[in-house]
Amino acid sequence: MNSQAPPPRRPLEAAERARYARHLVLPEVGSEGQERLKAARVLLVGAGGLGSPAGLYLAAAGVGVLGLVDPDVVDLTNLQRQILHDTEAVGVPKVASGRQRLAAVNPHVEVETHQRRLTSANAMNIFAGYDVVVDGTDNFPARYLVNDACVLSGLPNVYGSVYRWEGQVSVFGAEDGPCYRCLFREPPPPGLVPNCAEAGVFGALPGVIGAAQALEAIKLLLGVGESLAGRLHVFDALAFRWREVEVRRNPGCPLCGDAPTQTGLIDYDAFCGATAPDPRIRQLAPSELAGAMAARPTPFLLDVREPFEWEESNLAHLGAVLVPRREVPGRLDEVPRDRPVVVYCRSGSRSMEVAGLLAQEGYDDVANLAGGILAVADSGQPPSVDCRGRH
Amino acid sequence: MRVSVLLFAIYRELAGTGNLDVSLPERSDVRALLAALRGRGRLSALPAEVSVAVNRQYAEPGTILADGDEVALIPPVSGG
Repeated sequence: MNSQAPPPRRPLEAAERARYARHLVLPEVGSEGQERLKAARVLLVGAGGLGSPAGLYLAAAGVGVLGLVDPDVVDLTNLQRQILHDTEAVGVPKVASGRQRLAAVNPHVEVETHQRRLTSANAMNIFAGYDVVVDGTDNFPARYLVNDACVLSGLPNVYGSVYRWEGQVSVFGAEDGPCYRCLFREPPPPGLVPNCAEAGVFGALPGVIGAAQALEAIKLLLGVGESLAGRLHVFDALAFRWREVEVRRNPGCPLCGDAPTQTGLIDYDAFCGATAPDPRIRQLAPSELAGAMAARPTPFLLDVREPFEWEESNLAHLGAVLVPRREVPGRLDEVPRDRPVVVYCRSGSRSMEVAGLLAQEGYDDVANLAGGILAVADSGQPPSVDCRGRH
Repeated sequence: MRVSVLLFAIYRELAGTGNLDVSLPERSDVRALLAALRGRGRLSALPAEVSVAVNRQYAEPGTILADGDEVALIPPVSGG
């Protein structure tokens, strides 16, 4: 934000003065601050575990415009922590469910929805016009992308992240402050850090971290207090302990350093090694699946998701067999070598990793179902087996 | 000298504990500590680049450690 011009304000209506009464009496907010919030625009990347509490508090606080970016639809397994969405929203796009809920919380807030995956091609356009970005994404390529787009756009990035019982929160990309790359200079090797589906996450934990992100975003908009820029907080919910680590801007940072070497967005999947192309592995389009399964010898269809995901929906009607990703190396004897193997997961990245492992182990006809079971559902061939209620 | 190593999230799981006491030659740096940790069982999976804070300040691989330092290994975490 430009420090020369006074921050824009939008006058409050009588109903808003009543709604924000507890803010208006705070010396740090008052009418002026509340009018600033009304003129402010905040972008939430991810309407999930972190985006839910962050979005609810930002809406309740009267931030004028909230943007939601999320490509996914609400899944039953989201509801244990993603409190923006209710049971009736299962199957509904998260941005639509989120807009409805935020409008119900505060009709004075305008919600802009972007139902798409944030990519290097669209990030700069989507970020344009917002004042603050809240990172509630759920994978490393997206985290580096949000960071880089924030630095290149000059926007503060209110960062939060969770794993099982532990969380992190900070503010990156503030003036003279560090960025995410100053803290994590290289992405972890693919497969080292399990995702939420595999590792689990305690439901109230993103509530704590996401609410902290909303708090920091609002402080930035008001220009009050000490921001978390330059400080990473690491929260251990089991011990209930917060630890603070001072992080400075790295002068050698390729993005925000004194002599930046990266001046645009890059291919973040490749940067994080998530989809390094492996020529030994065929990419099977969802529309090709039925045809591939009709071939002889019949391919072995391997589902590498977690058992609870299999219970939700699966491809058992096509002969699929479940071996969760982490168990594959120890259960290779269950994967035949005399038939082609087609591997699938939810969205295609875990399966790509397993397909690479199988190729490494000498399987000579391995295919990955591109886009996973989600893409099969999108292609109009819904996974037909639903085991809910069965034991 | 001895330093106290704090581990979080995936690093804690690799180590099987959140807290390790490590003996090192005097004037060892962060790089030497990480090399010593990689020699301990599943901590061999520690990535090449590990973010480290010494006494609650972000530190470089060449940061020299002193007896009694608290060294926190900050794991990458991506869930949201």
